[in-house]
Amino acid sequence: MLSRWIEHQVWLGAAQAGVTMVAALVVVWLTGRLKLGMKKEILISLGRGVVQIVLVGFLLTVIFSADMWIAVPVILVMIAAGSVMTIQRVRDIPNALKISALGITAGAGLVITLMTFLGVIKQDLTSIIPIGSMMVYGAMNTNALMMERFRSELTAHAGQIEAGLALGASPEQVVSPYTRRAVTAALTPNINGLRSLGIVWIPGAMAGMVLTGENPAYAGFYQFVVSGSIFVTAVITVLVSIILLRKQVFSPAEQLLLRAEDGQ
Amino acid sequence: MTESERHTFIRAENLTYVVEGQAILSAISFAIQSGERVAIFGPSGAGKSTLIRLINRLDEPTSGTVWVEGEDYRQMPPRVLRQRLGMVMQHPNLFPGTVADNLRYGPSARGEALSDQAIRALLEGVDLAGFEDRQVGKLSGGEAQRVNLARTLANKPEALLLDEPTSALDQAAKAEVEETILSVINHQKVTCILVTHDEAQVRRLAERVLRFEEGQIVADGTVLEVLGA
Repeated sequence: MLSRWIEHQVWLGAAQAGVTMVAALVVVWLTGRLKLGMKKEILISLGRGVVQIVLVGFLLTVIFSADMWIAVPVILVMIAAGSVMTIQRVRDIPNALKISALGITAGAGLVITLMTFLGVIKQDLTSIIPIGSMMVYGAMNTNALMMERFRSELTAHAGQIEAGLALGASPEQVVSPYTRRAVTAALTPNINGLRSLGIVWIPGAMAGMVLTGENPAYAGFYQFVVSGSIFVTAVITVLVSIILLRKQVFSPAEQLLLRAEDGQ
Repeated sequence: MTESERHTFIRAENLTYVVEGQAILSAISFAIQSGERVAIFGPSGAGKSTLIRLINRLDEPTSGTVWVEGEDYRQMPPRVLRQRLGMVMQHPNLFPGTVADNLRYGPSARGEALSDQAIRALLEGVDLAGFEDRQVGKLSGGEAQRVNLARTLANKPEALLLDEPTSALDQAAKAEVEETILSVINHQKVTCILVTHDEAQVRRLAERVLRFEEGQIVADGTVLEVLGA
């Protein structure tokens, strides 16, 4: 209906976003009536979301007209922002930001470079930047889950960890059960995502391709490229991060640096 | 062990531990002879547990050091130090699995296997014969603490550091664990440092007392000299 009244594509987009915002504000009003205590947080998130994505949209129109190498700084900025957001709840771990940045750079950097070099991702900015952003975003979420879980496992089991150290075990030995749990917990949503691909949900890349008239079979293959690459990125990111992270929670004299939650 | 066979086993030199500007221990110095049974005695918050954690190097002294048989412990690999000075914590913190799994943990961490016969002997030593296959979740508080003691002994330590080993137990379990500790230290003649706030326990288990107050040693002598008759 909107497209009958508005011809210019950008103004049409603004109107569509406006309608969505009205729907979101109705939901905000409802949460306020239900006293869920989330009104402020939702309003801020909505405001940030719309401003950020619209600004990025305008920015991308400029970026897409530039040389292909501009993808490198753009993705590095995404990695930096993703690394900062990853460590919100694990700031007490020494060098958490550095570890997160190294993990995401290793995962996303390696997969984006390899896939682009092999031509699996089209070598143009309209493919590299959106798909790259999905990988960085996936790596950020997986890494945040892993780091938070690792930290909470260590503080909840500080007594057992110190008992292990006191028995002469190495830091790697004493944290190995908690390392496994943190990595498993972080990767589970990714594994579930792969498992349910196409059955429970049709992800954005495939949906977008089908909407723009691509062959659905090709769109299916390409969606697997995206989802599979996101999964590989996430695995490399968490493995690099956990290897670096477990060294940070012990001093050179193999003392646990995080304190127990119950103060024991 | 006769008096002539004794030698300085542990010597703390100006051990200081400061947290957020507050001194928990202030320049503590003392020496403990091999085979000696020493109680670190004092009220809660006096720095007793901090001291034993520093000796096991689970925490790092702000300044000062500990000498173990004449060797500065900062020059010793922490894992070797911790195997030599076996620590029994206030809470057993047993690992999930069976009693035998827990006893194997220390030797296995060093790549050594603990034989079934050695496990049986260790459990007999803490009066838990036949408990090898028992799941740790099914143990009583006193049994869990005795498994904790056996798990430490499986490492064949030269000294035992006991940090309030009975303070989390009821009276009956406390008596059981004390009896076991006494039997072990009498039988194995290991050097023993016991942290406790329980004066009666000091009289039952120790021969020498270091009385602590506000992070400092305020008395050092035999049980009779420090606590009286």
